[in-house]
Amino acid sequence: MKIYGVGILAACFLIGHIVGDYLGKLFHLTGNLGGVGFAMLILVVGNDYFKKKNLIPTETENGILFWSTMYIPVVVAMSATQNVKAALSGGWVAVLVGIIATIACYLLIPVMSKLSKNTTNTKN
Amino acid sequence: MNDLIKLLDKNGLVFAFLLVSIIMYVSYFIGKKFTNNKIPGAAIAISVGLIIAYFGGEKGVASIPAFSGMAILGGSMLRDFSIVSTAMGASFSEIKKTGLIGLFCLILGTIIAFTVGGTIAYVMGYTDAKSFTTIGAGACTFIVGPVTGAAVGASSAVIAISIAVGVIKSIFVTILTPFIAKKLGIDNPQSAMIFGGLVGSTSGVSAGLAATDQKLVPYGALTATFHTAMGCLLCPSILYFIVHNFLP
Repeated sequence: MKIYGVGILAACFLIGHIVGDYLGKLFHLTGNLGGVGFAMLILVVGNDYFKKKNLIPTETENGILFWSTMYIPVVVAMSATQNVKAALSGGWVAVLVGIIATIACYLLIPVMSKLSKNTTNTKN
Repeated sequence: MNDLIKLLDKNGLVFAFLLVSIIMYVSYFIGKKFTNNKIPGAAIAISVGLIIAYFGGEKGVASIPAFSGMAILGGSMLRDFSIVSTAMGASFSEIKKTGLIGLFCLILGTIIAFTVGGTIAYVMGYTDAKSFTTIGAGACTFIVGPVTGAAVGASSAVIAISIAVGVIKSIFVTILTPFIAKKLGIDNPQSAMIFGGLVGSTSGVSAGLAATDQKLVPYGALTATFHTAMGCLLCPSILYFIVHNFLP
């Protein structure tokens, strides 16, 4: 049943958040440290392990996949509920950060590709 | 009219489903018909969301009566829940094939985007640790920004900036990738994975690769998914912790 998938997802989500909260307290910071990331990691590793053993029925998987297709719509709703007026008073910062940070990442692609080729070559 | 507003407010979440589906339909239609899929429908839809938020108040469109349900659908609970579910699309054994380089790219991509983004924000006047961290995280993807912002307790205005940063990145990646892919050597699965890991932005990477070479899409998207996870993992934790030590 699809609800099993939703349940698994909920478990990963909550465990991730508990770990994140615990880390937050550990470092004396307000809020949740990396809870979503931990939840994703648990799901990736768990999915990988149980798929190999063929333990996840398609219906269960569909329960999780439904929510992954809801991710863009949820993000759209999220953007629609932000304080955009106040953000615009920030001016060009969004445009500048978006473009310059992206270019910085692009510049690294040839370097990393070369590095990866070199390592595979030495392996061979 | 008042009765209708009351009804929509009472059934806010359901009304939000309807609203968002209309926005999605119109945006994907525009993306397909008018930009020939050059700009991904997802990026248009998110921009439409930001534009209609402008007409609202502090909570964006949710400040307007009848639209309050948008705050539930777009709230942190459902947002985090759906983001976690996207991890299903990534397989750990696949990413192992790029090996340590892949992992290194993920970490490096996150740190570079975070540092460059945060530094520009700092220069432009966002000098506190929370804003630096949130805008820097937005330079990873438009998901990492708000997730980080909510975790460290940044203001809604700064979170909105971080989403805008991520959206601009996504559009920029989509448009630029087909033009420079050959020059950067993105013509095989391995470099596509490196590209996805370094740049992130799943929608931008997959749309950009789709316009470059359809076969490379799953490889780039795979590592790009991990990029978001890596960002959500590193930005509000260790990176915020470091920034917190240097800034108020």
